[in-house]
Amino acid sequence: MNNEPVAAKKKRSFTIRNPFMLTKRTEGMAGYKSWGIRLIALLLAIVVCGLITLLITGLNPFDVYSTMFRGNFGTARKTWVVLKDMAILLCVSLAVTPAFKMRFWNIGGEGQILVGALATSACMILLGDKLPAALLIPIMFIAALAAGAIWGIIPAFFKAYWRTNETLFTLMMNYVALQLVSFFIIVWEVPKGAGQIGIINQSSMAGWLPWVGGQQYLLNVIIVAVLTALVYVYLKYTKHGYEISVVGESERTAKYIGIKVPKVLIRTMALSGALCALAGFLKVAGTDHTLTTTITEGYGFTAVMVSWMANFNPIAMIFTTFIIVFLDKGAGEIASIFRLNQSFSEILTGIILFFIIGCEFFIRYKISLRHSETKEA
Amino acid sequence: MKKLLALLLALSMVFALVACGGGGESEEGETLDAGTIKVGFICLHDENSTYDLNFINAAREVVEALGIPEENYIIRPNVPEGQECYDVACEMVDEGCDIIFANSFGHEDFMIQAARENPSVQFCHATGTKAHTEGLANYHNAFASIYEGRFLYGVAAGMKLQEMIDAGQFTAEEAKIGYVGAYTYAEVISGYTAFYLGVKSVVPTVTMEVTFTGSWYDEAMEKEAANNLIANGCKLIGQHADSMGAPTACEEAGIPNVSYNGSTKSACPNTYILSTRINWVPYYTYAINCVINGEAIDADWTGTLENGAVEIVDLNEAVAAEGTAAKLEEIRAALLDGSLNVFDTSTFTVGGETLSSYMADVDTDAAYTPDTEAIENGVFMESKHRSAPYFDLQIDGITLLDTSF
Repeated sequence: MNNEPVAAKKKRSFTIRNPFMLTKRTEGMAGYKSWGIRLIALLLAIVVCGLITLLITGLNPFDVYSTMFRGNFGTARKTWVVLKDMAILLCVSLAVTPAFKMRFWNIGGEGQILVGALATSACMILLGDKLPAALLIPIMFIAALAAGAIWGIIPAFFKAYWRTNETLFTLMMNYVALQLVSFFIIVWEVPKGAGQIGIINQSSMAGWLPWVGGQQYLLNVIIVAVLTALVYVYLKYTKHGYEISVVGESERTAKYIGIKVPKVLIRTMALSGALCALAGFLKVAGTDHTLTTTITEGYGFTAVMVSWMANFNPIAMIFTTFIIVFLDKGAGEIASIFRLNQSFSEILTGIILFFIIGCEFFIRYKISLRHSETKEA
Repeated sequence: MKKLLALLLALSMVFALVACGGGGESEEGETLDAGTIKVGFICLHDENSTYDLNFINAAREVVEALGIPEENYIIRPNVPEGQECYDVACEMVDEGCDIIFANSFGHEDFMIQAARENPSVQFCHATGTKAHTEGLANYHNAFASIYEGRFLYGVAAGMKLQEMIDAGQFTAEEAKIGYVGAYTYAEVISGYTAFYLGVKSVVPTVTMEVTFTGSWYDEAMEKEAANNLIANGCKLIGQHADSMGAPTACEEAGIPNVSYNGSTKSACPNTYILSTRINWVPYYTYAINCVINGEAIDADWTGTLENGAVEIVDLNEAVAAEGTAAKLEEIRAALLDGSLNVFDTSTFTVGGETLSSYMADVDTDAAYTPDTEAIENGVFMESKHRSAPYFDLQIDGITLLDTSF
């Protein structure tokens, strides 16, 4: 026994520890099956969360879940707030998706939202009392999208021509944008020295997007709903969308079939940046009417998860966006109703996301038991 | 997927119906008492911030003292200074709240927005500046003459400094102190100037250096700022920010310090002298009682030493100079009877001159227009024209190391 060669030992322990065999599902899983797995994961997550709630806090998990639900849909206003937040998060998720499909890791969503918000605020503050709404709002819109496009083009340009690392580049552009916003907040602060702008044009409401159907948040929801359809069509049915997936699959293939890769990179990142900036525009002009360094609420990063969880499918993103917003609103409600620390609801959110993301493993891989080698041990 | 969505929608409708069944009390015209009034509290952070903890403790104390049942008050932590504040305030209105408090400066415009749309509900905002100019009957500001508390801990700091000079640790001319501020905002300027004048009333030769972090809560920045001041030769540190950054740096370097919002004695037993804080119990009690009795709430309410809103807390006898407690009692009495004023213009100069007139920016506007004469009978009348501070003079003896924030 002691003289047994090391290699054999290794081999044996390897086979013992791995009774399962993994194979990647090449042809993909049937739609209803994969959604079934996701649903099971969600249910399991809810059961685990319930157990943990019961063990740690002694609260009835059903009370906690119904409170989460009421935090989202308890009143018409709460439902509108959920829709409002979904609209912005979905907008950013749609924005980063074309870049991701191209395997361009744009984690600069934060910065692109911020420059969009900054450009919008600048127009509102500087031109608010000079131009009529019919002129001011289009100018704000164009300025925001242009700013975002530029913020997206810069890292794409460097990647296209000098092969710089886009992950680091886009990430660092976030900090540049953040510092720019901080700087201009000090320039426009009210009152002096306070380090904040407050609501822009609160009395004149210049540059505020109009209410549609008497609802403050409806316009944003409509705009993003239309955008979802457009991005879906763009990625799935247009030549641009096709070029993006080819570049994503293999740059060499793309070159071989005559796609100008640098052009696609830059064009797609201009779009990605502009759509992120659209979220900034919608937030400043449509809902918040202010500029702060925290206005993105981390959506630039959350959107990465939303987009991945939805497998880059814009329609599925509606659902993944909903999960994230639902958990967030529910968490806030639990914290205040049960007087629990916010951290507890974050634990629940963490568990649920762990299950939802974890279940993708079972969708992408097939697991079967090893039969032959394990028996000899 | 469609089925799932349909299921979710159906569930949401059921819950919406259930939720609607519960609401709808406290209609217009119904008389309120402590058993039926509903109160909402909006906080920027949770208990982990010393600033918010101070508010949350006061809120809990008041609802208990007034006998407001558990289910009739809502404390909502972690509400950012944006549209969420408006949303949360309006949700509280939907839940039937009769009075809503918010605690952070940046909540103001969003509270005003909610107040405009809900005239039958009272909105009270701590630290804000706009209630006296907005002209809304249901929107109110509150603050405290916390500069009196800072003057008092300045006196305690001055006595410590004098003790160190007497012990030969440094000369009276080398007596330099430091202050970690957040922004170059009137609230901060008023605070550090009061602190400096308190120290100066004991050690006339003292000078002060002030640095700004550009954030109300940034532990690392505050710690670094305090370390820089200590490296510059500051012998004692004061601060106006919400984290433990500066006190921790002082404890590590063995530099005596005073703190804000509450005692830091347990974390800094060898250097902490004294703290001052605003006690929000008197204001919460006053405002909630106004609603119960159907009376109007003042547009601006100022807490003072007299009504108990300005407190000095937890004098650390192990660090403070001998006789500090007795001296503080004496100064406190003088501030209370009006024989001593913190911003007495004879105690400081601006550009070498003693001021007899100063127009302050009391009515907040984007151009920072000076609009109100603040000096009367040789005293800068802080907290008179509105509750939030507006003292923003740069007095001699204080050096600002940076003013980018």
